[in-house]
Amino acid sequence: MKNTLMAAALAAAFGLPPAARAAEDPALAQLREQIRAMQAQYEARIHALEQRLDAAEAARSQPAGTAQTAQTAVPASATAAPVSPAPVVAAAPPPAAPATSPNAFNPAIALILGGTYANLSQDPARWRLQGFMPGGDAVGPGRRSFNLGESELTLGANVDPQFAGQLTFSIDGDNQVSVEEAFFQTLGLSNGFTLKGGRFLSSIGYLNSQHAHAWDFTDAPLAYEAFLGGQYKAEGLQLKWLAPTDRFLEFGAEAGSGRAFPGNDRDRNGFGSTALYAHLGDDIGDSASWRAGLSWLHTGSAGRGWDDADAAGNPVADAFTGKSDVWIADAIYKWAPNGNPLDTNFKLQGEFFRRRERGTLASETSSGNYAGIQSGWYLQGVYQFRPLWRTGLRYDRLDAGSPSFGAGLDPTNFGLLAPYDPSRVTWMVDYTPSEFSRFRLQLARDRSRPGIVDNQVYLQYIMSLGAHGAHTF
Amino acid sequence: MKKFFSLLAGAVFALAAAPSFATVHVLACEPEWASLATELGGDKVSASSATNALQDPHHVEARPSLIARTRNADLLVCTGLELESGWLPILVRQSGNAKIAPGQPGYLEAGMLVPRLEVPTRLDRSEGDVHAAGNPHIQLDPRNIATVADALAKRLAAIDPANAATYAARYKDFAARWSAAIAKWERDAAPLKGVAVVEHHKNMEYLLHWLGMHQVGTLEPKPGVEPSAAHLSELLNQLQQQPAKMVLRAAYQDGRASEWLSSHAHIPAVVLPFTVGGDDQAKDLFSLFDDTVQRLLAGLK
Repeated sequence: MKNTLMAAALAAAFGLPPAARAAEDPALAQLREQIRAMQAQYEARIHALEQRLDAAEAARSQPAGTAQTAQTAVPASATAAPVSPAPVVAAAPPPAAPATSPNAFNPAIALILGGTYANLSQDPARWRLQGFMPGGDAVGPGRRSFNLGESELTLGANVDPQFAGQLTFSIDGDNQVSVEEAFFQTLGLSNGFTLKGGRFLSSIGYLNSQHAHAWDFTDAPLAYEAFLGGQYKAEGLQLKWLAPTDRFLEFGAEAGSGRAFPGNDRDRNGFGSTALYAHLGDDIGDSASWRAGLSWLHTGSAGRGWDDADAAGNPVADAFTGKSDVWIADAIYKWAPNGNPLDTNFKLQGEFFRRRERGTLASETSSGNYAGIQSGWYLQGVYQFRPLWRTGLRYDRLDAGSPSFGAGLDPTNFGLLAPYDPSRVTWMVDYTPSEFSRFRLQLARDRSRPGIVDNQVYLQYIMSLGAHGAHTF
Repeated sequence: MKKFFSLLAGAVFALAAAPSFATVHVLACEPEWASLATELGGDKVSASSATNALQDPHHVEARPSLIARTRNADLLVCTGLELESGWLPILVRQSGNAKIAPGQPGYLEAGMLVPRLEVPTRLDRSEGDVHAAGNPHIQLDPRNIATVADALAKRLAAIDPANAATYAARYKDFAARWSAAIAKWERDAAPLKGVAVVEHHKNMEYLLHWLGMHQVGTLEPKPGVEPSAAHLSELLNQLQQQPAKMVLRAAYQDGRASEWLSSHAHIPAVVLPFTVGGDDQAKDLFSLFDDTVQRLLAGLK
């Protein structure tokens, strides 16, 4: 029986004439009948597809800029209208024949171009956040004069029915290319679960998961610079669960390598960082909506170093080894008349950070215990007062707390940790000619170190090309 | 023990194989599809819309409440054709709901089912907010509604086979009433044939096409670009040579530009409900078209 079937399959596959086939038996006859039926079915389908393709091509080859349908009689008075006076062919038939080129499966490409002109009253090389251990790469007011900002290239597509993938390169003004995000994500594990893996902007806080070009101000809030080194990019796994409730309620957990500030590379197995968060959100009528969240990030570092100075101003190399816990409470409120943000809208957002660090500090040859609790917050409001124009105000404040230095440590060797409460006031106005372009003027008074006020002026452009990126709330 | 497991497996299999719904939760992206789902599903579905008639469907925020509603939906019915590209992908991606992902039975893209107008032959953002697959505002041609109704009834039956007979019966009833209504609207709207109009955004093309009207200009210089003073005065000049009978806008659109043109060109500014709920009269799909035709006829007088 097996052999007969095999022979039948081979015969069918090679399309041998009936005379050449193996002896007739009922199974074979049945099989042949089935194959014939299939063939007829496919031919009918191909014929239907060809017809659709012809119609689509006819619609495309029409001379006018757009394909209009035939049923409309084009009135003689419409000569100046952008409608072809010639008899027009049918509109695109549903569904359109898909493009057949192998490139049709290429990922969507989105490109962001950005740049600034900066006028800073103080030397940016001497900028510091007094009271806070420095870390992260995207910290500080940047350089003076014209600067090419971050250019961002995002490629993204569905991998298969289960996964989607995305890669975002960031090319900075110094010709450095870095991988901002590169992750895969499940396409609905069902029951509200989503799993993400790779390098991604962590979902802790509110602003952290947004790319810099989507921010309402040129720079990150001081709290992000002090506690997360600008923006926290996790490398690892993220599991999110959306509760089956009418009100938005989401829980997330992330396990990562912990290499990003406030952690650093500790050359060890296992999880270097853990993050947990919960978000709650809803609407208030048709016009307003809100989201609030709580996040916790736990990570650690071994010999996280920075350049400091002693009381006499001589350079000293300092380092921290220990654990960091960051708590973030965030809230955002958005208002738009009837939920129509196009003409006018308002956005109020604030986040509060608290970080506890404990471990040991080392300065050149001496070392000892260290513990510190530091906090900070920002509050900002952005108002679109007429179509295309927005203005915003932000206040930043940090509290360095009072560090406790253990025996064996000379606090004067840690000049940067001398307590201070940095603050900054920022005002901006931006003009958004279309969804894809934006120009911004930003003025800031930065008091991030004692006795010095840095007046900062920024002009910024943001251009977005290619695939239409949807914006998160 | 073994028996227990086989029972358990059987129960799980039964649950997975024959999903039974108290009601099918339909989330529509636009009010017209929520209305249609209610027509076809009756009390077997609970349908709601992500946007209301006074919201511009191109531009709403991917609000947390919408993410929660997407998560709990069994069927997502959207116009598609990139109309919702600014917010729908976020809802689908963040919902963790595999049922309504594009390509699944729980996702119905209405725009791909109907003959589309204005499919661009050239894609370039210098042309404004163009939609690669054609003009997405398909709902104001009632023949498109009929096409979508057929697909939606089949989709509801596929998702909720237990009530397939109900959906089929309700569709049959709806289709009969709808084609009678179309014939009536077409009779009533006969005087509108050949009438030239100005519109705010190119969102009335399907309506004009259906009623044999035509457009001689738009208040927006390019799709999705705000009306500018320069463009409006140019349009006013153009109307001297090529007069229009009225200037149309949808209920959700800002009235300033069309009122300006109305007073300077001395033609009525007509506000159309655009979708279900766009004004007090447009309570369902039938009254939406009743009201639309009445308002157009009133504008002609």
